[in-house]
Amino acid sequence: MSGRIAFLSTIVLVAASVPARAATIQIVMEKLEISPAAASAKVGDTVEWINKDALVHTATARNGDFDVNLPPNKTASLVLKKAGAVDYYCRFHPNMKATLKVAP
Amino acid sequence: MFHRISAAAVVICLTSSVALAQGAKLTDPQIAHIAYTAGEIDIKAAKQALDKASNKDVKEFAEGMVRDHEAVNKQALDLVKKLKVTPEDNDTSRTLSKQASEKLGELGKLKGAAFDKAYIANEVAYHKTVDNALETQLIPSASNAELKGLLQTGLKIFQGHEQHAEHVAAELK
Repeated sequence: MSGRIAFLSTIVLVAASVPARAATIQIVMEKLEISPAAASAKVGDTVEWINKDALVHTATARNGDFDVNLPPNKTASLVLKKAGAVDYYCRFHPNMKATLKVAP
Repeated sequence: MFHRISAAAVVICLTSSVALAQGAKLTDPQIAHIAYTAGEIDIKAAKQALDKASNKDVKEFAEGMVRDHEAVNKQALDLVKKLKVTPEDNDTSRTLSKQASEKLGELGKLKGAAFDKAYIANEVAYHKTVDNALETQLIPSASNAELKGLLQTGLKIFQGHEQHAEHVAAELK
């Protein structure tokens, strides 16, 4: 019995020490708009950009951190490796602008 | 008769840009034809520019015009097929095409920086005219909701092109 308790408490300890599971953040590009225009994530999370337009878009970081190509009606993803707030836009349609806040 | 004269007057007033007949209520098959024609015109102009332009920004702009207008026109074709609408040729489409081929001829005689400037200046004027026509005539006249939606998306795209063209034109000066 006491063995079982010890075993259970070990599981609890292990669970507490494992970092929160990486999340997937979805961002939609539709009718030349990025939504949400401001998204938050953590290092290790995956960002998934879903292009619902018939046009080619890109998610291009102003600071050069990433440049993701998004063919029409396709989804592309990126695993975040660096913390910080990144402004990004579509190179082909520069009116499409958004921000991604990446927490450490 | 009066109508004809006023239409002719509009054409004369706008010979340097694009003339669109005012007043007459356009049908969906005519609207589809005008929108598609307007896109084709810009693709042809862009292909000429890809051939002749020397400035990097002008070339990039032209590449964008081919990419976006081909995508929108493909969507338009898919939509008319789905709606079983046959695009119908009309005076506005014919005027657009005639003016565009004159412009192609005119630009074809230019070279180097002179071509770049003239092409971009025409792109600014052309997108202004098309955007205005979409806003004031084509979108309000469209009956089918999907066609209207596509035209609205088109307007947003082309307004972006207009700004882009203005930006490139300013850089060339």
